[in-house]
Amino acid sequence: MKKLHYSELWCSSPRYWGGLAALTFIILLGMAAAYYMEHSGHWVTGMSNQVVWGLPHVFAIFLIVAASGALNVASIGSVFGGPLYKPLGRFSGLLAIGLLAGGLVVLLLDLGRPERLIVAITHYNFKSIFAWNIILYTGFFTIVGIYLWAMIDRKAQKFYQVTGFAAFFWRLALTTGTGSIFGFLVAREAYDAAIMAPMFIIMSFSYGLAFFIITLMSAYWWASRELGSHRLEKLKNLLGVFVGAVLYFSLVYHLTNLYITQHHGIERFILLDGGVYTVMFWLGQITIGGIIPLFMLYSPAFSDNRFAIAIASVMVLIGGFVQIYVIVIGGQAFPMNLFPGKEVVSSSFFDGVVAAYTPSLAEGVLGLAGIAIAMTLVAVGARMLKVLPESLEDPEQGTA
Amino acid sequence: MSGNREQPKEIKRREFIGMTVLAAGAASVAPGILLTVAHATAEAEGASSEVRWGLLIDSNKCAESCNACVDACNRENGIDLLQRPQGQGDEMWDAQRPQWIRKVKLKDNQTGEVTNLPMMCQHCEFPPCVDVCPTAASFKRADGIVLVDRHTCIGCRYCMMACPYKARSFIHQNVEQQTLRSPRGKGCVESCNLCVHRIDAGATTTACQDACDKDGHQAILFGDLRDPESALSKALREKSSRQIRADLELNTGVRYTSL
Repeated sequence: MKKLHYSELWCSSPRYWGGLAALTFIILLGMAAAYYMEHSGHWVTGMSNQVVWGLPHVFAIFLIVAASGALNVASIGSVFGGPLYKPLGRFSGLLAIGLLAGGLVVLLLDLGRPERLIVAITHYNFKSIFAWNIILYTGFFTIVGIYLWAMIDRKAQKFYQVTGFAAFFWRLALTTGTGSIFGFLVAREAYDAAIMAPMFIIMSFSYGLAFFIITLMSAYWWASRELGSHRLEKLKNLLGVFVGAVLYFSLVYHLTNLYITQHHGIERFILLDGGVYTVMFWLGQITIGGIIPLFMLYSPAFSDNRFAIAIASVMVLIGGFVQIYVIVIGGQAFPMNLFPGKEVVSSSFFDGVVAAYTPSLAEGVLGLAGIAIAMTLVAVGARMLKVLPESLEDPEQGTA
Repeated sequence: MSGNREQPKEIKRREFIGMTVLAAGAASVAPGILLTVAHATAEAEGASSEVRWGLLIDSNKCAESCNACVDACNRENGIDLLQRPQGQGDEMWDAQRPQWIRKVKLKDNQTGEVTNLPMMCQHCEFPPCVDVCPTAASFKRADGIVLVDRHTCIGCRYCMMACPYKARSFIHQNVEQQTLRSPRGKGCVESCNLCVHRIDAGATTTACQDACDKDGHQAILFGDLRDPESALSKALREKSSRQIRADLELNTGVRYTSL
């Protein structure tokens, strides 16, 4: 096997700087949107006392979930000893850090009082899964940072195995924490389910790998470097397994709910007559995010088609985004059943009625800025650090 | 010489001004200090776990067209001082303005019986909002009142996600005017505080109860759930009552009869 050489991403100026300028522009728009929402108050958004978490939360949770999943490639290399994955470990770590940072910025800027970040850091209620998440996020940056250093710097190589294992377990804890944000909400019928935590883990595997494949392909296209088909095929097949697993978990989640009479209302809402949420579930989550990509990833017709892999990965991300939208917004829109056995005739606060939510432009722009922040960090990081091998040609037969 | 003669005069004038200012200052500050001291003695004891404040609502007595408790709550807590943002539609205003109490009209699926009741924070013994709050801004006092510390609330709205009663409100707009009794801040969450300022000052009723009594309905009764001799405990013994979403076992401080 040829010796691997890592080098900074050094692309021709217009391609790199143009891309960076476009990302910066989106970030600036996002910051303006956040300022507008904070300055006027949240009344300018589509959020209300009914739907308290809106589009920014969907973006933030999507990015945070994807972040822990993006680290999987590194984990496979160091924890499970996959030789084909090992050269991709550094980039995987960088992408994980970037995605998490992007998600957290969106989460922070959507707070009612973002300037009180210091309060969130200094006041802890250890019974709150949110407080635990703050620790999990901070720890993730630290551990993955050290892991990245151990992968890059030969002097730190002795920490490679230890940090690899630590990062792997930490990422599992992190996604469990993110899923538990919903799993612990006993009052809402859509959320009160222990399966939320493992489902979020498998979702993270899928979204994280899809992000990884797209950014890896883009980086190698940007830099005109060689990316071997065999390696890409491995990643593609793995993505297929994850996409199938997400579908399986969704199936189990809904079947369990269908068994519980109390949850028939929410199931009917999501699966049958929830309007936009039903359409999003079947068309977005199941068809675009599941069935079509599965077909594209496994059909022999597309077996050697890079474009198909890229499209399938993008579809997994779109479907994943929709899935989180249905969970977060759909779960809130469905009315809580405060008075079982009774019909709400009237209420000044929409009891018994499906809550309306129309996201505002500012919310969407802030969310997109989160993705732009993640991509900017990855682009700048890849240019400053030696995270990408100069060539990812397929190893000669028999060596891998 | 003349200068020497004038000097004492000048000093006297200065002394006079000084004394006047001192006297005026003392006159204006002293009552404040006395009040603070007097107040401190009443409030310094803090909330006691010997009591547990709660409400009993008799939905039979709650009149359909009456909104007195809601209006009184809005006045008491300065909610009526909030200006509706320009250009905000009716539905959004209802969805975004704070509603510490709301009136709900229900019909039984089986019997068709109609019930009216006010819904507010249920002051749970095990409040989910307190469990999930990352900064411990949501807290329960020793006397059972669930409150939000507006200094440490970061506006994450997780408590609103967790509350089974939709009892919490997020302040969506700028706050131009507010009362000292119920401080309010844009970007923070708030909910019914059982008129804690009145209770701490020694009052025995909430604003909603006063308004309900005044209108002759007497559907709301505030009192100490721990004191077996309180009117609230006696009423609870006399009539069967229930908690809303009793299945969650939160042991609410607000109970309903005839529901």
